[in-house]
Amino acid sequence: MAAKGEGWRAALLSVLLLAVLLGAWEWAVKGGGGPGGPAVDPELAALLSPAAAAGGQTAMPAPSDIGARLIELLRDPFHQRGTNDQGIGIQIAWSLWRVMAGFLLAAAIAIPLGFVIGMSPLLNAALNPFIQVLRPVSPLAWMPLALYTIKDSNISSIFVIFICSIWPMLLNTAFGVASVRKEWLNVARTLEAGRWRTAMRVILPAAAPTILTGMRISIGIAWLVIVAAEMLVGGTGIGYWVWNQWNNLSIADIVIAILMIGLVGLLLDRALGLVARAVAWQE
Amino acid sequence: MARMFRRDPVLDVCACGVGHPAAFACAPEAPPDGTGEMGRVVNEAALRAAFPNAATRRGLLSLFGAGTLLSALEGVLPLGNVREALAQPAAAPEKRDLKIGFIPITCATPIIMADPMGFYRRHGLNVEVIRTAGWAVIRDRAIAREYDAAHMLAPMPVAMSLGVGVANPIPFAVAAIENINGQAITLANKHRDKRNPRDWRGFRFAVPFDFSIHNYLLRAYVAEAGLDPDRDIQIRSVPPPEMVANLRADNIDGFLGPDPFNQRAVFDGVGFIHILTRELWDGHPCCAFAVPRSMITDTPNTYAALLRAIVEATAHSNDPANRVAVAQAIHGPNYLNQPLTVVQQVLTGTFADGLGGVQRVPQRIGFDPYPWHSMAVWILTQMRRWNQLQRDVDWAAVAEQTFLALDAGRAMRDLGLPVPESPMRTETILGRSFDPRQPEAYMASFAIRRN
Repeated sequence: MAAKGEGWRAALLSVLLLAVLLGAWEWAVKGGGGPGGPAVDPELAALLSPAAAAGGQTAMPAPSDIGARLIELLRDPFHQRGTNDQGIGIQIAWSLWRVMAGFLLAAAIAIPLGFVIGMSPLLNAALNPFIQVLRPVSPLAWMPLALYTIKDSNISSIFVIFICSIWPMLLNTAFGVASVRKEWLNVARTLEAGRWRTAMRVILPAAAPTILTGMRISIGIAWLVIVAAEMLVGGTGIGYWVWNQWNNLSIADIVIAILMIGLVGLLLDRALGLVARAVAWQE
Repeated sequence: MARMFRRDPVLDVCACGVGHPAAFACAPEAPPDGTGEMGRVVNEAALRAAFPNAATRRGLLSLFGAGTLLSALEGVLPLGNVREALAQPAAAPEKRDLKIGFIPITCATPIIMADPMGFYRRHGLNVEVIRTAGWAVIRDRAIAREYDAAHMLAPMPVAMSLGVGVANPIPFAVAAIENINGQAITLANKHRDKRNPRDWRGFRFAVPFDFSIHNYLLRAYVAEAGLDPDRDIQIRSVPPPEMVANLRADNIDGFLGPDPFNQRAVFDGVGFIHILTRELWDGHPCCAFAVPRSMITDTPNTYAALLRAIVEATAHSNDPANRVAVAQAIHGPNYLNQPLTVVQQVLTGTFADGLGGVQRVPQRIGFDPYPWHSMAVWILTQMRRWNQLQRDVDWAAVAEQTFLALDAGRAMRDLGLPVPESPMRTETILGRSFDPRQPEAYMASFAIRRN
């Protein structure tokens, strides 16, 4: 652990870096061209964006614009004004729900299956080719197939989360189970523990940290994929929200969405990190 | 958290049960039952169907009287012509809760404005209009029946019904045309002095979808100027908002796209409007209100009610007096999600062209629900011309199957709108006359074609 003073200094440096970055951004957007350019008649000016009326192009939003928009969005994050206009909080909740559904479904299948594969070298060798072929398939490549067969866009996006988060959990569980130390299994055998008892009392605790690592990788991928899946399918969710703001060419909103997606991803990872710490053990 | 589900404060709930901005008043109630005028129309339609020859019909009527003839007809009109059944407005819709997908462009105006202005509700329907991420998604969700009906590009139901661009033929139909005109060719600012398409060799263009009037019009336009659209220019399928972003990034030279994105390019200072598509083909169809053909037989009353609501909304949208209010209703985040001034410029036709001028073209976009069969035949000639459709088809039969002019005409007549005598008319497209009864001759007249 670093000394207390060092932590403070690191934080200070982070804040300073952020301030410099945002300051430079703000200056780059706003500092350049002042008002001027070709004079246009008021009727035409009213039909154009202020930047276009001055003879330029609508610029990238400055951090101050984004900040103002963020406050506006966060003031009422759960509003519902019809099917297509819902607050950013509701959209994140939708995405979280889909990610959780797909992820838990994957965990419910991957962990027991991984356990069996890890305990049986034969099954491991037999299933390995399938896993290795399916694992590198981009999750979005599944989307057209899912839409075509499942015929429900919401379930399709849950399926895509499921299919992409199953592999790390499966492989890590199998690996963790297979690499439980032989001595411990021998001790269990000497104590005449049954298969079920050995699995629950020896193998599971021993493999738990590896399994959790797999889950942590999976949730990261799942959160990565949901945004792309929702951009494709639309309807609800933070990915759809990004698409919708893109449709309005609203860069400020997209920057905010990126920020939100990053924060939620961080929180998800931290939550699983806490669980991982709880099951960790020291030899 | 009391504000969690608050409604928009500008909306007031009126008698139709739907909130809309103060500028709107709901249209008066439709007649409560289908007797009277409606019954007369149905009888007339049955008689016309049974005795198509007008002279014979008149003769029989004077001989036996309408009542006798009709009761005789009831014996031999077994399942009836389904279309006749549709004309009965009193029958309650079999399915009231409907989902309709739309793409957020001004072409969708009738479909979406019918929601805030209560047109669906007045016909006994509870419609949810759902913004959708792209044409392929809208097609797939319509095929999967997640949507009961959908906003589509007019050529899409034709392509789907013929099995072009989809795995199997899926019978879809254009129940009504959403909008006519309302598209434009937008070019990047740097091409201000290249206003002649002859100078466009090597240009990269974007259109919204392969099966779109945009694609066909752009191809026909450059081919007319002597350029081969497959060899001399590049045409990509790009979603409309990305057209503007790509134009800004200098990744494309121009696009033939839907509004409000032509206007958005001008608004953001990245492009100018080269030509409105109404100058290429005045009255050309663009988007359609599409339904699966099975809807007509499975839920005829729902279909009829929906068609009425759409035709009514289309007529309302077409009235120049309503355009400002319609722009106000649909520009917001729940529908188009665009700045008001952009949508208003498109709908009123008073717009900045990006070349420093303000143009006044009130007919920039129009809303006419009638699905002319001649439009469908022209679409087929272009699908054939560019080899999307690789076999010969019976042009007129496909047009009749996919463009439901009879149903739309009936809904229009009920609303007191004028209905054309025949769904075939001679169109003028890029200065050429197109006779839909002679599609082969028209096709043969093209020097540049792929088939």
